[in-house]
Amino acid sequence: MKKLGLFVTIICGAILLYATGEFPRWGEVRSPASLHVSPHYIKYSVEETDVPNIVTSVLADYRGFDTMFETTVIFCAGLACFLLLRVFGRDDELTPEEEKGIFYRHLPTGIVIQFKKEDVEIRHKDFEVVDSKLVPYDLIIKTACRVLIPFIQLFALYVVAHGDFSPGGGFQGGVIFGASIILLAIAFNLRSAIEKINEKLLGILSALGVFIYAGIGWLCLLLGGNFLDYGRLASILPVDPIRARALGMLGVEIGVGIAVMAVMIIIYINIASAGRHDEGL
Amino acid sequence: MQHIFQEIMGKYNYWLYIVLMMIGLYGMIAKNNLIKKLVGMNIFQTAIILFYISIGYKKGGTLPIIEIPHGHHSISPAAIDIDKYINPLPHVLMLTAIVVSVATFGVAVAVALKIYKEYNTLEEDEIRMRLRER
Repeated sequence: MKKLGLFVTIICGAILLYATGEFPRWGEVRSPASLHVSPHYIKYSVEETDVPNIVTSVLADYRGFDTMFETTVIFCAGLACFLLLRVFGRDDELTPEEEKGIFYRHLPTGIVIQFKKEDVEIRHKDFEVVDSKLVPYDLIIKTACRVLIPFIQLFALYVVAHGDFSPGGGFQGGVIFGASIILLAIAFNLRSAIEKINEKLLGILSALGVFIYAGIGWLCLLLGGNFLDYGRLASILPVDPIRARALGMLGVEIGVGIAVMAVMIIIYINIASAGRHDEGL
Repeated sequence: MQHIFQEIMGKYNYWLYIVLMMIGLYGMIAKNNLIKKLVGMNIFQTAIILFYISIGYKKGGTLPIIEIPHGHHSISPAAIDIDKYINPLPHVLMLTAIVVSVATFGVAVAVALKIYKEYNTLEEDEIRMRLRER
């Protein structure tokens, strides 16, 4: 198998290398890829959509359908992760970690108490549940993350909101926001991250993002235009049709950001805890 | 000789991506472990992303954000020099492709986790052996 694989790879590589003979040189200004539609995008992006960042205007306006279905693909990936991995209640067989029982840490003293029975539950502000793989209480990491996370989230919102004028947009901002929650889950534990943003909310948010995108498309349809024809939004917004395109794009990007953020966290939580949502990385 | 040298200098970027892509393809075909196959797939995707980005590059071009002169609200199409800005289209395509590749990688890892739970192994030949025993 290895030799056959190597043979196939070398043949494929040789064919591709041969094909590069027909390719334009790297960095050629008049390469075929830059002659068809991209001159129109570059020249008329500001005039037609009032958005200087051409990547955003192509993403959300000229190729709006493509991006809508990319968002749907991401939503479906989150859904697939949830449906494949999530286990409700208990498995029949206990994992070695679960056989050890449940662990509580007494916060003022730092002493960890182990209960062999599973059904013990302490609800007191001095006690917190800890993972069965003993993780020492690390003040430096937790304090650093507590300081960093709000700024990461603020930066994520900035990236989404300024997608029209500077590098950024819904996909990037959503991923940064999702990463801040994943950082919380890594620095503290999975339970405290799920307490902050629970599973139900994440499910609703991931669907809401796609709904906002499609909803803005439908709104344009209702106002008498084509699907995702943001210019029609001018009749309900106090701006001219060109500016309305930029605002429509901003709305769409917010939808994308919400969906991407929720899906990234869903994928992380489900994979890290193998669907049990109790403890993980 | 001059011609060959120019050909190498003009196209070495494509050759690097092809080498990277073939490393990924070899990993997907020849490796026995499912996670290693996934890593191969990710290398393959990265090669394609780099290839697209390099197609959009123009020598001397800057990033595709139109520079509006200070104090003005807009800029007329005639004042924009196309050659000054790199091609935005590959950037848009790859922007979505990166996020989608992360999401699909998540699904692939989820399936691998399920397989591990069922067969207690991620080695392909062992899984095939267990399947035959049933």
